[in-house]
Amino acid sequence: MSEHDTLTPQQILRKKAQGEPIGPGEKAHSHRHIIAVLLENSIGALNRVINLFSARGFNLESVTVGETDETSVSRMTIVTTGEDRIIAQVSRQLNRLVDVLEVEDLTSEEYVERELCLLKVSYTSDNRVELLDTLKIFNGKVVDITTDTMTFELAGPTKKINAFIGMMNRYGIEEIARSGRVAMKRALLFGD
Amino acid sequence: MSGAEIFLRSLDAEGVEVVFGHPGGAVIKIYDEMARIKPNFKHVLVRHEQGGAHAAEGYAKATGKVGTVLVTSGPGATNTVTGIADAYMDSVPIVVFTGQVPTQLIGNDAFQECDTIGITRSITKHSYLVRDVRDLASAVKKAYHIARTGRPGPVVVDLPKDVLLAETEFEYPKEVNLRGYRFKDKGDEAKIQRAAAMIAEAEKPLFYVGGGAVNSNGADVLTRIARKARIPVTTTLHGLGAFPENDELSVGMLGMHGTWYANMAVQNADLLIAVGARFDDRVTGKLESWAPHAKIIHIDIDPSSISKNVYVDCAIVGDVLDALTRLEPLVEPCNTGEWLEQVQAWKEECPLMYDHEDGRLRAQYVLERLRRHTKGEAIVVTDVGQHQMWAAQYFQFLHARTHITSGGLGTMGFCFPAAMGAAFGMPDKTVVSVSGDGGFIMNAQELCVAAAHGLPIKVVIINNNFLGMVRQWQELFHEERFSHTDLSDTNPDFVKLAEAHHCVGLRAETPDQVDEVIRKAWAVTDRPAVMEFRVIKEEMVFPMVPAGASTNEMITKRLTPDAFV
Ligand SMILES: Cc1cc2nc3c(=O)[nH]c(=O)nc-3n(C[C@H](O)[C@H](O)[C@H](O)COP(=O)(O)OP(=O)(O)OC[C@H]3O[C@@H](n4cnc5c(N)ncnc54)[C@H](O)[C@@H]3O)c2cc1C
Ligand SMILES: Cc1ncc(C[n+]2csc(CCOP(=O)(O)OP(=O)(O)O)c2C)c(N)n1
Ligand SMILES: [Mg+2]
Repeated sequence: MSEHDTLTPQQILRKKAQGEPIGPGEKAHSHRHIIAVLLENSIGALNRVINLFSARGFNLESVTVGETDETSVSRMTIVTTGEDRIIAQVSRQLNRLVDVLEVEDLTSEEYVERELCLLKVSYTSDNRVELLDTLKIFNGKVVDITTDTMTFELAGPTKKINAFIGMMNRYGIEEIARSGRVAMKRALLFGD
Repeated sequence: MSGAEIFLRSLDAEGVEVVFGHPGGAVIKIYDEMARIKPNFKHVLVRHEQGGAHAAEGYAKATGKVGTVLVTSGPGATNTVTGIADAYMDSVPIVVFTGQVPTQLIGNDAFQECDTIGITRSITKHSYLVRDVRDLASAVKKAYHIARTGRPGPVVVDLPKDVLLAETEFEYPKEVNLRGYRFKDKGDEAKIQRAAAMIAEAEKPLFYVGGGAVNSNGADVLTRIARKARIPVTTTLHGLGAFPENDELSVGMLGMHGTWYANMAVQNADLLIAVGARFDDRVTGKLESWAPHAKIIHIDIDPSSISKNVYVDCAIVGDVLDALTRLEPLVEPCNTGEWLEQVQAWKEECPLMYDHEDGRLRAQYVLERLRRHTKGEAIVVTDVGQHQMWAAQYFQFLHARTHITSGGLGTMGFCFPAAMGAAFGMPDKTVVSVSGDGGFIMNAQELCVAAAHGLPIKVVIINNNFLGMVRQWQELFHEERFSHTDLSDTNPDFVKLAEAHHCVGLRAETPDQVDEVIRKAWAVTDRPAVMEFRVIKEEMVFPMVPAGASTNEMITKRLTPDAFV
């Protein structure tokens, strides 16, 4: 008799509703979520949000933060992964914070995301042209140059940045700085 | 006006009745102004800041108002941390004012500096560091508002010394403006209707009532609904008293040390109506197998409690009192005759019981005698351990706010200071403090404070000369290796300890001495009466669902340890 047979209908319903595995072979699915948080523009508010992730054991892949059009409000973009049940908790716990004004899971909608990357790579006269060609394909810019290193600036979706870094790997990367993602809901003017 | 005076006037404007505090350098200006302007509130000088924090909790839980603590920076602040964490876990509204070094010294490892806001961040509902005297009054106002409303909890306000010395005009704000702070106290009408329909359809419904029902003052309407609809009621440790336990619909407490019949009712119910309860692991045991047949309705003011542990079929996010008041007219008498018969049969099959034929003194007997004596009218405050569970099982609570304990954090040492806080808040009630010999010592210093204020608290010490609850686990799950739980060599003479703290000390060692000791203690009216009951160490708390086990694996009587491997 498999475990499935011993579950009551109510237990099966609960598991389904929480996205938990039911049969023996099934696994719970974890997804990446991008969550935008509007909060009071203060160190205390920022601290509370970050602290929440460690105190509650939520996964935190990247965080960016900056002012918005209103100086008293800042906007955080948080990238986290987890099962649906956990992500629902993340957003409820964020909403509970007194300094948090708004929480939006962008992944449940159409959104645009960008990340900025600065990458310093060493070059020789042999590979200089090749490097610059690659950079051009990725729509990047040279922002600094010395006799043996170049620093590139590249913006785009995280996937594109990853691909670019992959391409640069064989040239001897000296240093990378990535901003983490920022994201925004699409306005969807011509939506269906 | 100085910041210190503004602070005091703000507390008066807020209607604070009592402040549990301890002075020190960073708050000396506040104490100085206190002597000068004589504010309306009473200041109680506690003898340890942890005691102050628990006293504020006891006051808050007994009265439903916000408790207030005032301490100095550094060690004064860190001493309150356990109390703050306790209040956070049990959703108790307290505001803790901590002194801080002057703003220009913050971060310099100044004398008696600590990062109070940082240390308490994950155990507070919110906190403020007041950097400008002009923000002081509004920080006080916001702190009380946040502590009291929504899901209650502790708020810390850190007060740098220079802010207390600075001068400005005083005006206590009339309103709070917190754009990010929202709570929903009115549940959706559609959900309430749906709940009523689910109740009408149920054949085996059960109320599962928690601390939120007490906090919202929802006990009376809950009682009316349960009686009208003929639905049995179980409560959590924090729900005790929300429904009278002498009613035939009551099945007592559920969970790890709940009654067998309450847990049987949970495991067989087809509908659980959770009212201000948070599906704690001491209640559910192994989640998967808990309440396997039940649809669940959950009324809770905190959306993050909903479906946190167990998926909920109908969630009413809002205040219990409001939701139940709107539910009441929609509920009709249910067809629960058979179900109630079944529940009654379970009650008879396995009632709470203990041996008493051998003539040795047991905690359960003491608690039963106390129950006879107090008739459900006293406020009973308990510590953490076996005595806590026996008190929950044997006292029979009839009214909300008559049972106060540390449940979520399980803080030994909570009891006596909390009882003292309750006594300050409810001077017309008899307050009974029930501790173990281990936990009592952890805040016994407050005895002299209660004596100084003439509080006639009835202080029960269930002395088994052991850290009994740990001993129980060692006996059941660790092959009787009683590692560091025997207190017989280190326990003080509790009668002398009481007397040294200006209290009356009494002792009973056999069952026939119990009533006499109780009678003598109740005759004391001007100070605490400490009653030491020397009970046997071998007694264990049953029933018991071993930690992490399924509720179906409940142990109802003493078995050999082999039964658990
Ligand atoms: C040694 C030991 C053994 C224990 N054994 C048991 C046991 O056998 N059984 C047991 O039950 N507990 C036991 N406990 C206690 C347990 O750990 C939990 O503290 C307790 O079960 C939680 O109670 P609760 O669910 O009522 O929630 P509480 O902690 O009281 O939380 C209240 C809930 O109500 C909500 N709420 C608050 N105000 C309102 C409002 N106005 N309107 C609506 N909702 C509101 C809150 O959001 C929260 O979800 C034990 C503790 C110890 C130390
Ligand atoms: C501050 C603190 N330290 C340790 C514990 C772990 N603990 C839980 S119950 C218990 C034993 C309590 O002994 P006692 O106060 O004598 O009560 P009894 O169980 O004997 O009734 C201990 C050590 C705790 N809950 N709190
Ligand atoms: Mg003991």
